[in-house]
Amino acid sequence: MSVASTAKDAPQKISLLRVLGPAHVWALGVGIVLVGEFTGWNFAAGKGGTLGAMIALWVIGLLYTAVAMIDSEVTSTVAAAGGQYAQAKHIVGPLMAFNVALYLVFAYTMLEASDAILVGDTMVQYASDMGVTGLTHHSFIVFTVVFLVWLNYRGILMTLNFNFVITALAFLSIVILFLSVQPWSQGAVLKLGEMVTKDNALPYGWMGVIAAMQFGIWYYLGIEGTTQAAEEVRSPARSLPLGTMTGMITLLIAATMTWYVCASLLPWQYLGQTVYPLYDAAKVTGSPTLQFLLFVGTVLSGIASANGCINDAARAWFSMGRDRYLPAWFAAVHPTNRTPYRALIFLLPIALAFALVFDINQAITFSILSGVLHYTFMSINVIMFRNKWPLGSIRRGYVHPFHPLPALILLLLCVVTFFAIFLGYGTQLIAMVAFYAIVSLWFHFYRYQYVKRGAQFTMPWPKPQGY
Amino acid sequence: MTFQFPWPAASSPAWFYLDWAMWILSAIFIAWMLVDWYRTDTGYSEDVLTSSREGEIEAMSEKHVLKG
Repeated sequence: MSVASTAKDAPQKISLLRVLGPAHVWALGVGIVLVGEFTGWNFAAGKGGTLGAMIALWVIGLLYTAVAMIDSEVTSTVAAAGGQYAQAKHIVGPLMAFNVALYLVFAYTMLEASDAILVGDTMVQYASDMGVTGLTHHSFIVFTVVFLVWLNYRGILMTLNFNFVITALAFLSIVILFLSVQPWSQGAVLKLGEMVTKDNALPYGWMGVIAAMQFGIWYYLGIEGTTQAAEEVRSPARSLPLGTMTGMITLLIAATMTWYVCASLLPWQYLGQTVYPLYDAAKVTGSPTLQFLLFVGTVLSGIASANGCINDAARAWFSMGRDRYLPAWFAAVHPTNRTPYRALIFLLPIALAFALVFDINQAITFSILSGVLHYTFMSINVIMFRNKWPLGSIRRGYVHPFHPLPALILLLLCVVTFFAIFLGYGTQLIAMVAFYAIVSLWFHFYRYQYVKRGAQFTMPWPKPQGY
Repeated sequence: MTFQFPWPAASSPAWFYLDWAMWILSAIFIAWMLVDWYRTDTGYSEDVLTSSREGEIEAMSEKHVLKG
C-alpha cells in the first residue's frame, strides 16, 4: 500500500472502537488480578499467620467490594478511556486527574513487570524441577512483554478474547486443585486442623493481622482496571457494572478456595515465604498432573495479568496525551487497529527495564503503593460525585447502595493499609509520595499551560450543584 | 559493571531451543511493530492520527433526559 493512496483513503477522524461486552470486562478485571492467587497473597501468612491471611482476605475483600461498587457507579456515567483519570478530571479537577493517571500508569506498569518476572521465574522453576540447569528467565520476560504489547497493538477485541480464554483456564486450574484434594473431607488430604492451631493461628497477634493487610491486597489488586475499557465497551452503563461485579465475585471465590487449599496443605512458616503457593500445594499432593496443571495455571495467570496491565497503562497514558496533560503525540490512534499504538510502544521499554532490573518484591511494592493512593482518591471522589451530581440529576447505569458507608469503609481500610505498608516499606512509601509531590508541582507550574482547559471537560452533564 | 547478554545455555535441548525461540520471536514482534509504526506515521497526517476526542460518542447518544 503506497503512502499516497493511504493518505487519500484515510478517514477524517479516528477513535477507539466500541467492540467489547461484559465478558471482556470480566476478562480484563479478573485477568489482571487472578495472578495474586498464584503468588503474593501468601506473604500475608508470613506476617500474620494462616488465620491472619484469612482475615486479610475478607477485610481487604470488603475494601475491594467497596471499590467495585463505587467504580461501577461513577464509571457508568464517565465512560471514557483513562477510567478513574477521566472521573477525577470531571469530579475533582485537573491536578488530581494528573496524579490519578500517574498512579494508574505506575500501578499497571509495575504490575506488568512483576507478572513478566513471575512468568520467567516459573518457567525456570519448572525446568529446574525437571532437572534442567543453566536456564535463565530473561528470554521469557522479554517475550512475555513484547508479545503482549504486539497483541494489544493489533486490537483490543483479540487481546481480550485471548485474555478471557487464558483467565478462564487459570481459574479452572484452581477449581480442579480444590476439587482434587477432597475439600468436603478434611483429613483425607487436607490437614487444616493440624495447620491452624492455637499456637500458630495468629503467631504475631493482631499487629500481625494489620501487617498482613498489605499482602491481602494481592488477592484483588487491579479489579478497578475494568474502567479503562469504558470507551471501548458497547454498552458501558450495563457492561461495566456487570463485568466488574461478576469479576469481584469470581475473585472472592478463587481467593477463598486458594486460602483453604494452601492453608490446609502448607505450614504457615513455609506458606509465608514461598513464591508459588498454589504450585507448591499441588506438588505436596504428589500428583504430577496437578503439578503440571498448576504450573500452567501460574504461567497463564501471569500472562493474563500482564496483558490487562499493558491495555490499561496505555489507555491512561493515551488519555493524558489527548487532553494535552502530556504531549499530544501520545494521543494517536492506529487507523486500522484502533489502538493507542504510540502509548503502547512508549511504555514497552519502560516495563522491560523494570522487569529486568528490579526483583519481583520491589516492583510489586511500587505497584501496591500507587494502588492504595488511587483507592484513597476513589473514596473521596465518590463523595464529591454524589454531592455535586445527586441521584436524579444525571443518568446512572448503576447506583451503589448504602452511600456513604462504602466510601467511608474504603477510606478507613486505606488508612489501615497505609499504616501496614509503612511498617514494612516506610522508605518506599515516603519516596513515592515525594515523587508525586514533585511531579504535581511540575504539572501545576509548567505543563498546565498547554492544556486546552475548556475542551478537557467532555461529559454532557448539567452544572454541578452549587456552581 | 559490564553487561553480559544471557545467551541460552540450558542443559536440555528442548529448553535450549525454547530459550532461543523466545529471543527470536521477540525480535520479530519488535521489528513488526517498528515497521508498522513507521508506515502508519508516514501514511497519515498527524491531525487524523490524533483526532480522537473523549466523550464524542456520549455527546451523540446520551441526552441525559430523565424519565419519571
